[in-house]
Amino acid sequence: MAKVVVVTSGKGGVGKTTSTAALGAALAQRNEKTVVVDFDVGLRNLDLVMGAERRVVYDLVNVIQGDAKLPQALIRDKRLDTLFLLPASQTRDKDSLTPEGVERVMAELRKHFDWIICDSPAGIERGATLAMRHADLAVIVTNPEVSSVRDSDRIIGLLDAKTERAERGERVEKHLLLTRYDAVRAERGDMLKVDDVLEILSIPLIGIVPESMDVLKASNLGAPVTLADSRSAPALAYLDAARRLAGETVPMTIPGEKRGFLGKIFGRRAA
Amino acid sequence: MTKVLTDARSIRIKGRSFLALVLSPELPLDWWLGRLDDLASRSAGFFLGRPVVLDVADLEIDRKQLKSLLEELGQRNVRVMGIEGGRPSLFEPGMPPAMKGGRPAPDFEVPEANPAESPKAGKGKAAAPVITEEVQPVRATASIIVREPVRSGQSVIFPEGDVTVVGSVASGAEIVAGGSVHIYGTLRGRALAGSVGNASARIFCRRLEAELLAIDGVYKTAEDMAPNLRGQSVQLWLEGDSIMAERLN
Repeated sequence: MAKVVVVTSGKGGVGKTTSTAALGAALAQRNEKTVVVDFDVGLRNLDLVMGAERRVVYDLVNVIQGDAKLPQALIRDKRLDTLFLLPASQTRDKDSLTPEGVERVMAELRKHFDWIICDSPAGIERGATLAMRHADLAVIVTNPEVSSVRDSDRIIGLLDAKTERAERGERVEKHLLLTRYDAVRAERGDMLKVDDVLEILSIPLIGIVPESMDVLKASNLGAPVTLADSRSAPALAYLDAARRLAGETVPMTIPGEKRGFLGKIFGRRAA
Repeated sequence: MTKVLTDARSIRIKGRSFLALVLSPELPLDWWLGRLDDLASRSAGFFLGRPVVLDVADLEIDRKQLKSLLEELGQRNVRVMGIEGGRPSLFEPGMPPAMKGGRPAPDFEVPEANPAESPKAGKGKAAAPVITEEVQPVRATASIIVREPVRSGQSVIFPEGDVTVVGSVASGAEIVAGGSVHIYGTLRGRALAGSVGNASARIFCRRLEAELLAIDGVYKTAEDMAPNLRGQSVQLWLEGDSIMAERLN
């Protein structure tokens, strides 16, 4: 049974694309057939983070407009057989996405994949609403910071109103992924604490990804964080988050707390 | 040029409901006006001082006919305050404004001609009873309960009565109630109580972090609130033109 996941946030720059790639790779590593779909038409980035930018021929807009067949546009990952990318077009804008076209592509992807991870653009306009439209699950990427939290709250409201599931009277399962978390700064009060964010958003937590240089390094290498170095702190957080997304129960750890080794690193960097 | 406002107080804008008489003319208009005259002859002053709305939704007329209908009504001292259900092409400058969003209310009792008195109606015109009883405002007893958190960007608008939220109201969300507002959670957004002119409405919340509070058009922003109320269980009410607050428990 295919599951459509939308990775969304409202606010830009919080780590949607990084999280899409990392979760997609983590799910594919579980030997489940996974496709990551870039909905950020005009500002595509997922191809770079996945390291597939030089292999893009056709894209989502080509498939929607009937210029290419879906298998022609799908790019198989070189590292993982079970991981695919459906890139966005860089030369068009979000108006090229039509509700009917997106519905058709989603229905076809559902036939072939176990997981369909949609990377939503920032904002609450056409691109974002179409990315969330067919979702069964939503991963809401939030930074521990007030403007990000408020934008996430707005997106949660839209998920309850503007998705196909909501219109059928069902619910989209929502999960909070807290990214760029720094335990030391949260403790000092420079950042919101995990509990504060959970209290405001009141949705279940799926993972806490620490602020880390490994994320930037992985992006520049063109590899999902979970593939670049599967032992790094953010990779471990994403791997755990993917297991929770798949329905496993994994105890939650707050990075930088109760982990002596990491604590030292973060402590030094923040000082 | 920059205008300098010397008075920091902003204008107080209120909503208010009135019960209007709705007339729905039928074709042919001459025949309908005849029946209207008959009603007026039985109770002079029936339309006096009453707001009247003309419902033309089911009426097949053009702009010229509407204009003459308005004139005919004017001659009978029926002052039309608005026209409901009319196509935009029906209107021209000088006509009463188009209205929409009306809610049905109980029918007005049209005075029945007493069979015994009706023969005398012609000469006893002045003696015919003028309807003076006030239409009792409907007491706001209605209420709604919202069982989920109200998210940023969402509005709960309920002019008919109280709003109860079992959950939090996020920053950037708003609750607008004709009656009181009850929040069993943290109020981070806006709460507007007594929005249709109810000075006895109150706001209750389990934890006050609000951006804006208003009762009957009087408002207070987060900046004006006493800092010792932040994060507390609070109730707010109106005394004169100022919002009073006290901690619960």
